[in-house]
Amino acid sequence: MGRYVLRRLLQMIPVFVGATMLIFLMVNVMGDPVAGLCGEQSCDPATAAQLKREFGLDKPLWQQYVTYMGNVFTGDFGTAFNGQPVTELMATAFPVTIRLTIVAVFFEIVIGITLGVVTGLRRGRPVDSGVLLATLVVISVPTFVTGLLLQLLLGIRWHWIRPSVRYGTFDELIVPGLVLASVSLAYVTRLTRTSIAENKRSDYVRTAIAKGLPRHRVVTRHLLRNSLIPVVTFIGTDIGALMGGAIVTERIFNIHGVGYQLYQGILRQNTQTVVGFVTVLVLVFLVANLLVDLLYAVLDPRIRYA
Amino acid sequence: MRGFAHVRWAAGAVATALAITSCGGGWGWGGGGGNGGAVLSSSWGDPQNPLEPANTNEVQGGKVLDMIFRGLKKYDPRTGRAQDWLARSIVTRDSRHFTVRIKDGWTFSDGERITARSFVDAWNYGASLRNNQKNAYFFGYIDGYDQVHPDSGTQRADTLSGLKVLDDRTFTVTLNQKFSGFPDTLGYVAFAPLPRVFFTDHAAWVRKPVGNGPYAIASYTKGAQMYLRKWDGYPGPDSARNDGVTLLVYTDSNTAYTDLLAGNLDLVDDIPAAQLKNVGGDLGGRYINSPAGIIQTIAFPYYDKAWNRPGAEKVRTGLSMAINRRQITDTIFRKTRTPATDWTSPVLGADGGFKPGLCGAACDYDPARAKKLIEDGGGIPGGRLRITYNADSGSHKEWIDAVCNSINNALGNDKACVGNPVGTFADFRNRIGQHKMTGPFRAGWQMDYPLIQNFLQPLYYTGASSNDGKWSNGDFDRLVDRANAETRPATSVAVFQQAEKVVRDNMAAIPLWYQNGSAGYSDRLSDVALNPFSVPVYNEIKVG
Amino acid sequence: MPEQPYEPERAIAGTGMGGAMDLGASEAATLEPAPTAPQVTGPAGKPRSLWSDAWRDLRRNPVFLLSALVILFLVFISLWPSAIASGSPLTCDLAKAQDGPAPGAPFGYDGQGCNVYTRTVYGARTSVTVGLCATLGVVLFGSVLGGLAGYYGGVWDSVLSRLTDIFFAIPVVLGGLVLLSVVTSNTVWPVIGFMVLLGWPQISRIARGSVITAKQNDYVQAARALGASDSRILLRHIAPNAVAPVIVVATIALGTYIALEATLSYLGVGLKPPSVSWGIDISAASPYVRNAPHALLWPSGALALTVLAFIMLGDAVRDALDPKLR
Repeated sequence: MGRYVLRRLLQMIPVFVGATMLIFLMVNVMGDPVAGLCGEQSCDPATAAQLKREFGLDKPLWQQYVTYMGNVFTGDFGTAFNGQPVTELMATAFPVTIRLTIVAVFFEIVIGITLGVVTGLRRGRPVDSGVLLATLVVISVPTFVTGLLLQLLLGIRWHWIRPSVRYGTFDELIVPGLVLASVSLAYVTRLTRTSIAENKRSDYVRTAIAKGLPRHRVVTRHLLRNSLIPVVTFIGTDIGALMGGAIVTERIFNIHGVGYQLYQGILRQNTQTVVGFVTVLVLVFLVANLLVDLLYAVLDPRIRYA
Repeated sequence: MRGFAHVRWAAGAVATALAITSCGGGWGWGGGGGNGGAVLSSSWGDPQNPLEPANTNEVQGGKVLDMIFRGLKKYDPRTGRAQDWLARSIVTRDSRHFTVRIKDGWTFSDGERITARSFVDAWNYGASLRNNQKNAYFFGYIDGYDQVHPDSGTQRADTLSGLKVLDDRTFTVTLNQKFSGFPDTLGYVAFAPLPRVFFTDHAAWVRKPVGNGPYAIASYTKGAQMYLRKWDGYPGPDSARNDGVTLLVYTDSNTAYTDLLAGNLDLVDDIPAAQLKNVGGDLGGRYINSPAGIIQTIAFPYYDKAWNRPGAEKVRTGLSMAINRRQITDTIFRKTRTPATDWTSPVLGADGGFKPGLCGAACDYDPARAKKLIEDGGGIPGGRLRITYNADSGSHKEWIDAVCNSINNALGNDKACVGNPVGTFADFRNRIGQHKMTGPFRAGWQMDYPLIQNFLQPLYYTGASSNDGKWSNGDFDRLVDRANAETRPATSVAVFQQAEKVVRDNMAAIPLWYQNGSAGYSDRLSDVALNPFSVPVYNEIKVG
Repeated sequence: MPEQPYEPERAIAGTGMGGAMDLGASEAATLEPAPTAPQVTGPAGKPRSLWSDAWRDLRRNPVFLLSALVILFLVFISLWPSAIASGSPLTCDLAKAQDGPAPGAPFGYDGQGCNVYTRTVYGARTSVTVGLCATLGVVLFGSVLGGLAGYYGGVWDSVLSRLTDIFFAIPVVLGGLVLLSVVTSNTVWPVIGFMVLLGWPQISRIARGSVITAKQNDYVQAARALGASDSRILLRHIAPNAVAPVIVVATIALGTYIALEATLSYLGVGLKPPSVSWGIDISAASPYVRNAPHALLWPSGALALTVLAFIMLGDAVRDALDPKLR
């Protein structure tokens, strides 16, 4: 087990190099970022050349990458175009995004799995159809609209929440977290439902019932535990998407988080910002996936890692 | 809206929370303790560049600089007319050599006296290639610019030879060409004076800029907020009528608008287009919609033969006549745009060169004539018109689609015109810079200073910095040169208008509409107005 | 109904050869009477497979029939939109912007004054194609790669899992701006290709997880002990038991791909005008939901109907593949 974890940690190195190189290349392929810096006109050629020199954009790509990685290992992630160090940007963006992700994942686990169990046990009943309907709404109505309507209703009509996030505390992030989690909730609910429905008739559950175990014990200990693997896998893959892809949610609720900064960095083609943020995100994916794989073994003792 | 009962509570909460976070030293929103009293909060966007005056070329950074700097001239927030501010006088006999005398008694907010040197040093800094200032080209009229900012190679001088300090209160400016409007450009923020600390401790200055305007920056958290306190020692007549302004960075203008409705914000100076239909019901009378010095046009690639051939002007004029401007400004923009009938802006006023109707029939919607003109001119090159725009900002898609639908309806072909989005603004600019446009593209121009010259020369003069379509016309260039050399303002404006008629006859660019500034505010505020640059006139706002 | 493919599993269970088997499995074998097998062959005399059983089941399932009907209808209007909608989706009159229903325009008009009904009908072709093809591509790629990684483990698994990690790292916006902005073709295929490229890692991980669980089952161990080939084990024993999560994720993803197409268009790198799709209309109508909810309602409703049809289809297929539910 310990060796397995160690091996997985070592595998992070090639992924880290591969991902940063890929992102570095992609941002550079987008073209010349300096053109977008002078407003609705062309920068005069001398200033443009000078800016390129300052950002190191006049060097060959491989040299830029090597210099950049060298700096990264000394903790210098470069500066954004507005002169702000990327580390500073990350220090403000990541904490709030991590909190937002925690809220979203919490909702996915609590609401998603609960609804999944209920609908899985009561397939075809009204509650199942009701949840299916909600799922359809969540999938086909854009987050933008859900967020906007919740803001108007809860924030302005009923005064339950502040419509925008200012300090990024957990209580401010409840509604944004719910909006962010909505589509994933649909996945988690249906995944749980299907697994539950499938395992409900399996032999070990029948046995457990036959042994006279109380219903809730059968559900939580036997049924749920064995149904969770797809759900855990999904949530594991979702964490990265929630952290880096919350562009719409973060914009609507005024959260200056990772998704928003990453989006701005990409639009302005700021290599340093984009690669810096993605680098940290890659590490998050790697750790999340490692945890998921370890959870497999916890949920299903037959799975062992050597 | 009931929400406004909560404003006072919210302001108190903000102040308290700010105080708490500044003590706790938090990770993002810190700073700005103790800004109680008549302080208003206003929506803001993250400035794209460090807040140096000669490096700020967008409205969000400009908003701050407008509060913390005053220059030789100031543009009247209502008329846009340039008035002497720090300048006691700016005199010239030949429109080339200017003598500037500055008023006594002005200081920076850190106490330093403002002298002729404060200006000359600042301008030299702004012009110097070494400092990467994006507005450096503003100093391009000054003698010696080609030495400190050569088009290629290294600079051969550090200071502009055209600037000479005579004494503490006087300096002279020599231009490399005649430009009678030059003094009127000096209200632009790039020409602001700079304190010594800007040069001696630049990093500290950029973290918390020091200027000479009615406000001083009390705290600044990049990417989050800035608190500007009224500067009590401000010597000018336009001192602040409130105690301060908190600028809050919003990720989206719609969020700012929602916060305004909820009573968490006092002023939003960018109402999202989608909410314009609701402002009446949401805000009642607390909504302003006033002209700004911005014009939207459609430009053409003249480096593409198809658009530069004889007869193509008929196609361009036909396209102009196929656009139902009134309907689009009413429906899509809800009257926050006004159909354009010339190539300038109403904020110039009649004396400044604005001439409604100069475009004549070429800007009137007339589908039948439009169709005929386009056919006479040989039809749309390539059979289909693709109007290129950048998709990442400004929600251009809506009006481009509306323009295309209008053209399509006029031509009776629902695929004659389509929008052609480009992913990023940088990519859009790249394509323009590298002459890769194959069809018309959107062009917007926000004036730097309220002069007719600024609406014509940078956009249509041969080789000018914002002449994106590379239009070139000898008659136009000659008229502009003549107008610039003219010392009498009225004559100068008249000659510029002649030049504008050349633009019209060739339909160098299709004028679409004049853009307004729009803003909404809470019931705590009064005397809210937008200046011709669509920036709120903060110092005049009263709170409570 | 006799359950031919599960015969080996039960046989093994009965003989107690599955070493790692849990209590449930063996008890089930004793609790349930072992299936008598008078009908090990189908009507045509050929051995009946799980898949043909499933198909027989499906044909009698009303949920399946209903969803198939809806999908057929969607395919029909995708192919012949003019059959039920007159006029062109591109003919728009700004004077009618945001107007409500009118004769010839039962769903009203959108912000540009286009006929919402016509656009919704004409949008089906693009949206259904994008949703269906992207989902198929993602499922094929993802489940094959993920399944193999989960089944074989070891180096295969490491390489593939780390590859998915790298793909997860690419932000959709960046990927779209880089990969799609160079495309000049204005068909749906680059968009679909892009979705497959960025979408497969998710299905791959789901499939991998399912296969890892499924391969621990006794009947798989048994089949292996009996010398079944890898492909036989994967296809006949693991796939039917691992497919449920993939179906669930795929049916929901189908809807999100249709919406993603709009995101890409919004970024200026997706389908370019004059394309018509539900996604484009949904994203155009979204900001105006306060004033013209009808312009959002209908394309969203069409998207919901499509997703519903595929979710029901997926459910029916999954049920048909699960012998325990019979």
